[in-house]
Amino acid sequence: MITFIPRDKVSKNWIIIAPILSIVFTIFFGLLIFTFLGYNPLETLYQIFVSPFSRIDRISDILVKACPLIIIGTGLMLCFKSNVWNIGAEGQFIMGALLAGFIALSFPNIETKFFLLITILAGFVGGALWAFIPAILKTKLNVNEILVSLMLVYVAMLFIDFIVRGPLRDPMSFGFPLSKPYPEGALINKIPFPGIGFLGQLHYGILFVFLLVPISWIFVNKTLGGFKINVLGSAPQAAKFAGFKQNSITITVLLLSGGLAGVAGVIEVSANIGQLQPEVSFGYGFTAIIVAFLGRLSPVGILFAGIIIATVKLGADNAQMTMGIPKVVTGLFEGILLFFLLTGETLQKYKIKWSEGKK
Amino acid sequence: MIKFCMRIFSLIAFSISVLFFVISNAFAGSPTKVGFVYLTTPGDHGWTYAHELGKQMVEKRFGKDVKVSVVENVPEGPDATRVIRELAKQGNEIIFTTSFGYMEPTLKVAKEFPNVKFEHITGYKRSKNVATGNIRFYEGRYIQGVVAGLMTKTNKIGYIGAYPIAEVIMGINAFAQGLKSVNKDASISVIWANTWYDPVKEADAAKVHIAEGADVLAQHTDSPAMLQIAEKNGAMGFGQSTDMSAFAPKAQLFASINNWGPYYIKKIEELRNGKWNTGDGPNHWPGNVWGGIKSDMLVISKFQNMPANVAQKAQEALDGIKTGKINIFAGPLIDNTGKEIIPAGKALDDGALWGMNYYLQGVNGKVPG
Repeated sequence: MITFIPRDKVSKNWIIIAPILSIVFTIFFGLLIFTFLGYNPLETLYQIFVSPFSRIDRISDILVKACPLIIIGTGLMLCFKSNVWNIGAEGQFIMGALLAGFIALSFPNIETKFFLLITILAGFVGGALWAFIPAILKTKLNVNEILVSLMLVYVAMLFIDFIVRGPLRDPMSFGFPLSKPYPEGALINKIPFPGIGFLGQLHYGILFVFLLVPISWIFVNKTLGGFKINVLGSAPQAAKFAGFKQNSITITVLLLSGGLAGVAGVIEVSANIGQLQPEVSFGYGFTAIIVAFLGRLSPVGILFAGIIIATVKLGADNAQMTMGIPKVVTGLFEGILLFFLLTGETLQKYKIKWSEGKK
Repeated sequence: MIKFCMRIFSLIAFSISVLFFVISNAFAGSPTKVGFVYLTTPGDHGWTYAHELGKQMVEKRFGKDVKVSVVENVPEGPDATRVIRELAKQGNEIIFTTSFGYMEPTLKVAKEFPNVKFEHITGYKRSKNVATGNIRFYEGRYIQGVVAGLMTKTNKIGYIGAYPIAEVIMGINAFAQGLKSVNKDASISVIWANTWYDPVKEADAAKVHIAEGADVLAQHTDSPAMLQIAEKNGAMGFGQSTDMSAFAPKAQLFASINNWGPYYIKKIEELRNGKWNTGDGPNHWPGNVWGGIKSDMLVISKFQNMPANVAQKAQEALDGIKTGKINIFAGPLIDNTGKEIIPAGKALDDGALWGMNYYLQGVNGKVPG
């Protein structure tokens, strides 16, 4: 039997040493695997970690990729902090995008960008409504929110699939499952830089991240709401004693995280796709769970975790393009990286105790 | 501290990237750089594997004169835009995007790189530097219909479709035409898998067909799962995109093989000679390249697991399509509700094929949606 015992005090040195050791181990095993498989190990590491930063437009690609991860991860942080396990951000992302898309396509001629405020709000509502289902089931009937939120992901996937093949299909698409393009007013534009033009796909949606991170930091650390969430998560008994209403907190965090996932969906579709299609999310909602934990459930941490995950994903693409390394290999490396980072993080806080197994 | 680290880090990153830039430029020269974007991995043994074989033909044909870059497992969304753009940035002169969902991403990036040529597979939108290519898959399905009609004992054919889009529907209808030409009593039932590639779902659909009495199965999805189920249950079927007889040595009657190599080679050749074009004009729907059996883009594998007289009928159908003697969609065509689509003496043109949203006689049920 292995048991984890919380350490009394987290050593300050280890806070710095643990992540460094994690990286060292990752690199060591990475070198081993790449050498063993016959790829130049140093160049592979360069492609994965450094090449995504090697051009300014590649850095912008990282931001674009990290944007939905950070937005969803921030919402999930609120849930996880208060011990509410929302695993269904993927579905909330889709429903947010879908409701916003429905509204966008209902006004085919709208040009003013103020319309975006409405579609983003619609995205929030769509995602929040989808998260409201597990919220109400948990608080009223004590149904496990992990199962409900997860299964609603598949409902959402099939629902958007149905919508773009049926009611919202563009009649000019020759039967292919695509909606009409969004009107100008519902599109998030790319950011033009004087003298350079556009940087890859870098779009105004990124600004939302830079708003969200400080706001969520203030909310978590400086407000009563954030305090309640923290207490509920780390000491449920104390929260009860203090008279915090557990149910209303549960509902609130689920609505907020669902809403944020929905907003991420609107931004992703409005900025990068421009129409509804059967697949809009590509696993952002699930990856964001890793991002939230990798970021130690703190807003700034999640910002960096989102960037790290995005970097490695783009690096994997680069490694494939330049060196022909298949995605399975870089995927393995990604797994090793996450394993060591999370192990390091856990061992900082917990001691391992080996004991005779009792069955 | 962090700031310092960031500075050091960016300095290192910058110097390494400069180094690489210098090196890569020093060796830049004659080879034509060609990019490929794959939806899945060649391990799907279907759609992407066929493209991989085409890519290998390119490498074999041009040797050191081309440098090929491949990106696999690219989802059909923003990632595609980024990957295609990156391939263009890295100096690829022609980029093949090998799935329908790359249509908008390809067009988007093409606008930013007017000097790079793009070839989008199976799409219908083109621009100055975006051409499209597709295969007349339905021709193989006509021959499948002929063989199925002669092989079935229950007169029930099970068909697994990916999505109810024109491309798949024209395949079903071509199959029905082949079936009708040899066996008027057999009929086709369709199950929609609602996916291009999902071995589990495809296997489930195959099991349902067999449970309902079908003894010959056909598929318009990508994995060998259906054939594996047929092999286990004593049913027969056809391979899709690549020769799948390794998965079902006793069940595969033949496979319709997608042969992209000649098309890739032709377009790269054109590019190298400065003659690349999108071939736009009338009668080019849906792509400037829409080749079939005649142009060797669709290859029919060896006829196997069937009696000699069936193989001979199949060969006749194959020859008929090759010589143009058989026009698969020649009138009179009647849909399965009894409505006449086109009278005798006329035939559907390419445009009409892409507007198909009905089943012809011999197919049960109706097109969903």
